[in-house]
Amino acid sequence: MLTLTCPCCGVTAEETEFAPGGEAHLKRFGPGSSDDDFEGYLFARKNPKGVHFERWRHAYGCGKWFLAARDTNTLEVFATYKAQTSEPPADVIAKIKAKRPDWEGYK
Amino acid sequence: MSDAVSALQGETHEGFATVAETGLVGMITIRCDLGSKGLAKALKAEGLPVPDARRIETVEGRSIAWMSPDELLLICAHDEAPALTERLSTALSGEHALVVNVSDARAMFTIRGEKADQVVMKLSPADIATLPTGEIRRSRTAQVAAAFWRSDSDTISLVSFRSVAGYVMGLLEVSAREGSELF
Repeated sequence: MLTLTCPCCGVTAEETEFAPGGEAHLKRFGPGSSDDDFEGYLFARKNPKGVHFERWRHAYGCGKWFLAARDTNTLEVFATYKAQTSEPPADVIAKIKAKRPDWEGYK
Repeated sequence: MSDAVSALQGETHEGFATVAETGLVGMITIRCDLGSKGLAKALKAEGLPVPDARRIETVEGRSIAWMSPDELLLICAHDEAPALTERLSTALSGEHALVVNVSDARAMFTIRGEKADQVVMKLSPADIATLPTGEIRRSRTAQVAAAFWRSDSDTISLVSFRSVAGYVMGLLEVSAREGSELF
């Protein structure tokens, strides 16, 4: 079972209290972008076995969106942090690197 | 004007704990920047504090609960709610804020008894055993959203949407049946 701590209200709860929102830190390609970029934005998603950054919403709690860094394989959650970040914060990256030295890094 | 009635009109069930629909309760939702001075001032005029994260404070029969980083729930007497909403709206008119009387959109339940905890434990994934007094926990009971807190040493108060009041009462009644205690 996945246990997440919402950074907005501080509640630690299991995954049925949350709603998943897919991959985090996507860059939007809208009107005027190339077809390849637009297709990638719409459809291409990472699907790693390992470290992954995701969006979650505390649907049954405070209702806020936040981001989580977790391992898709072990369900270990490295960190949860606020949604208003366009890429993983340095402290989150450091935490992951400490636990997964062979992780290839974000991007 | 028609008579106001609560969702289940005080329906009560006895089991290893007593579950009851509380009856008419006034509830006001306040959405605002919780750190703003205007909000603190508006609430202070009513004798209420701005609660810290996840806290519920009770002052002279009225409770104010922290619902999310930008939302408070004020619980008061049902007949007091319209005037109180009006006063708070006026006081917060200079802020980017919203005050709404949601009394008739909600249902409230009380679960009373030494083992009241266990009634909710069976229905919610929240860790009720470690829920401190004075903390409100928003979670779910079976399939619907609910918020609950310890309103007394042997009482849990629970708030749900009115539209699912019958469902929540069903849950609580079955969960509180004699002989189904957890420990």
